[in-house]
Amino acid sequence: MEAHAAHSPAAPRSRSLRLPGVGVGLGRGVVVLWLSVIVLLPLAALLDKSLSEGLGHFWDQVSSPQAKRALELVLVSSLIVVAINAVFGTIVAWLLVRDNFPGKSIVNAIIDLPFALPTIVASLILIQLWGKHSPLGIDIALTRAAIVVALCFVTLPFVVRAVQPLLIELDRDMEEAAASLGAGGLTTFRRIIFPNLLPGLAAGVALAFARALGEYGSVLLFAGGKPDTQVASIFIGQQIETGNEVGAAAVSIVLLAMALACLFVITLIQRWGSRHERGSSK
Amino acid sequence: MGISVAGANKRFGDFQALDDVSIEVPDGSLTALLGPSGSGKSTLLRAIAGLETLDTGRVLIDGEDVSKKPTQKREVGFVFQHYAAFKHMTVYENVGFGLKIRKWRKAAIRARVDELLELVQLPGLADRYPSQLSGGQRQRMALARALAVQPQVLLLDEPFGALDAKVRKDLRAWLRNLHEEMNVTTIFVTHDQEEAMDVAGQLVVMNQGRVEQSGTAADLYDKPANEFVMSFVGEVNRLGDDFVRPHDIEIVRDRDDSTAEALVRRIVALGFEIRVELVLDDGTEVWAQLTRGELQRLELREGEIAYLRSAHAKSFNGSPPSHTPGASTPQGPTDGGDAEVSAAA
Amino acid sequence: MTGSTSGRWGLRVLGLGYIALLLVAPLVLLFYKTFEEGLAPPFEAITSADGLHALKLTLLTVAIAVPLNTVFGVLCSLLLVRHKWRGNWLVDAALNLPFAISPVVIGLSLFLLYGKQGWFEPGLAEAGIKVLFSTPGIVLACIFVSVPFVVRETVPVLQEIGTEQEQAAETLGAGPWQTFWRVTLPAIRWGVAYGVVLCTARVLGEFGAVSVVSGNISGETQTLPLFVEKNYENFNLPGAFGAAVLLALLALAVLMAMNLLKRKEAA
Repeated sequence: MEAHAAHSPAAPRSRSLRLPGVGVGLGRGVVVLWLSVIVLLPLAALLDKSLSEGLGHFWDQVSSPQAKRALELVLVSSLIVVAINAVFGTIVAWLLVRDNFPGKSIVNAIIDLPFALPTIVASLILIQLWGKHSPLGIDIALTRAAIVVALCFVTLPFVVRAVQPLLIELDRDMEEAAASLGAGGLTTFRRIIFPNLLPGLAAGVALAFARALGEYGSVLLFAGGKPDTQVASIFIGQQIETGNEVGAAAVSIVLLAMALACLFVITLIQRWGSRHERGSSK
Repeated sequence: MGISVAGANKRFGDFQALDDVSIEVPDGSLTALLGPSGSGKSTLLRAIAGLETLDTGRVLIDGEDVSKKPTQKREVGFVFQHYAAFKHMTVYENVGFGLKIRKWRKAAIRARVDELLELVQLPGLADRYPSQLSGGQRQRMALARALAVQPQVLLLDEPFGALDAKVRKDLRAWLRNLHEEMNVTTIFVTHDQEEAMDVAGQLVVMNQGRVEQSGTAADLYDKPANEFVMSFVGEVNRLGDDFVRPHDIEIVRDRDDSTAEALVRRIVALGFEIRVELVLDDGTEVWAQLTRGELQRLELREGEIAYLRSAHAKSFNGSPPSHTPGASTPQGPTDGGDAEVSAAA
Repeated sequence: MTGSTSGRWGLRVLGLGYIALLLVAPLVLLFYKTFEEGLAPPFEAITSADGLHALKLTLLTVAIAVPLNTVFGVLCSLLLVRHKWRGNWLVDAALNLPFAISPVVIGLSLFLLYGKQGWFEPGLAEAGIKVLFSTPGIVLACIFVSVPFVVRETVPVLQEIGTEQEQAAETLGAGPWQTFWRVTLPAIRWGVAYGVVLCTARVLGEFGAVSVVSGNISGETQTLPLFVEKNYENFNLPGAFGAAVLLALLALAVLMAMNLLKRKEAA
């Protein structure tokens, strides 16, 4: 036995969890490089262009009547849409989790249609149903209502898929306890179920809102680009076509900032939502 | 293949997981690392395997310093508490994994896997998936997998922790038998002192990153180095500065100079063993362990006064056991600090 | 809800009615309208020179963008989950950006970066590489919009399986590459597959960004979604519908794949 402990420094052994030391550094380099070239550099160029003629010009572009109208329109429309989908999305999620009816699995799959379908095709098919020659006998193409319908279409899955897992995980015991204490269906929903769904619903709503703000393809053909039905993204597209790159960039930055704020809110919600979770999962 | 660890230190942020730890594990022995959560026993085991790096210190396997060797090259068999089964592979593929890596021929792998499945008593389950096995079966598969590559050393990290009590007891006995057959140097980690004492030839008791004492089960029970070891490996009553085992407390009916007076609070029959809870004059609560025969002879009832005498009291604060009520044979080591290694031959 | 039957039926009407009206009806109508005059008109439109070119270009874009993002995605997930780093939050944030940005804005930013006054311009011009109004630009736009999918679907799976299987493989003698190939990858394959499907769907359907960077030149830089738009605006309905139906069929195939994979993952 050794008389005393030999204090040799520990071997600089590579962290053998999956990638040797050199590999990790290289991997990180690749990841950072890829993200920079693909995502960050273009955005930097955008920011650069938007400010290229000075802050004053930036502000002028953003506060022009047309730009303001476009931004307001998309904001208001998105708010209306997420309110609608918050209600209907929750109902649909409820039906998918708690109810049983023939064709349920098909409905479950169909929910993801807006994720899978190209937005321009969405625009096209919405015109067929809601525009001229509509079998419903209405024509809301090229109106503000069309914007709402299109945004509802593309954002429904966000809400449903955010609420669904929470509903599935919900501890039935709580509802049974409430029932044993005398709570009826609606009360149980209001006081027990809904508060537990809130984080998911809020996150889904925020995601839907961010998506709605920037939606382009589905609105393009269906709602058109006339001044009073022009959402921000279409306005930006037009500015590009008429060569006003700085203006387009400026409004883009504002739109981007709004959407980023939404994403930030989502992170906050997620952190708040998990405050009741147990600490360790192992 | 004996194992030595010398001067091991490991920190995780602010937490000192290992604090100048040195142990000796003789070749062919079955040693238990015993201690509560956070004592560092798993960290030590994983450091021997190479799954953790030490900040300072060395690990020697069969005299060779393997501190710089990666896990892959150390030839240690490791069994995890939650089995770490390769879920997407069959039992056969799991057990044969190490052999496949070493590029054995198919026929040779087949033969060896069959042999091992026989050994761990899982014949005929080769084509099942781990999810189709019970916990005990999965752990035996994990053991077969670790043994397949003929490791120099076998390391088990709380191997029975995730299993039911009955399965645990069965696997304990089974592990001991297996060790006798295979004679591979084996170290296993546990927080269950009964398990450690039942299975292992040598025990190393750890606490807060340090080795408190090392020795056979009897050594630790009868000659604990400090209060921690004494209370960890068995039940203990504290009488002032002294510590007495419940079965060393003698209850008598007559008082004399060596006895102390106590009130019998409660008598509980736990099968063969009787537990008598008493309160001394000064309010100290004590419990004694009697056999049924002894209880019957004493004709003890709850609420009565009885007299106590203690034997083999131990004191760890530097002075011999004081004349606490009932102390008869002063004994025990005086200093309870960090016990150094004691080699168990 | 421990519901009354009328309550239950009320919900069903509301929920299913909403879905039927919003999602299903338009889709059904599309198929109806497309084949109203028979199979021939849309088929001819699709197999026209421009149509075939659009199809080929779209498929080519998928064939380049998806594998690249898959490799990146798996690599990035491994780094995020297994190796702590101060910069991880930055990577995470960058990965969320494509979800927050309007496709037109993405197109614009690429347009500015690679355009005539762009930062890369002199160098690219010398090398004779044309990014805008050409295939590379389209591919870059599609990579941008679909970059997060494989990572997002792989990360939770990686977290769930934990490191124990990999550690076990190490103790059995497997090197890092062997461990990755034989243990890690098989364990995460359904998560990766799901991410690949989502990524593919996104690339197939990307419209806004591609519209800006490609210039939408028929027969040259026109992908299938752009083909739909152009034909619609030129009142060539069979063409627009034909391509739309094709894309819709691909979308349904994607939905089926998603559904299948969700079940495999759950198993």
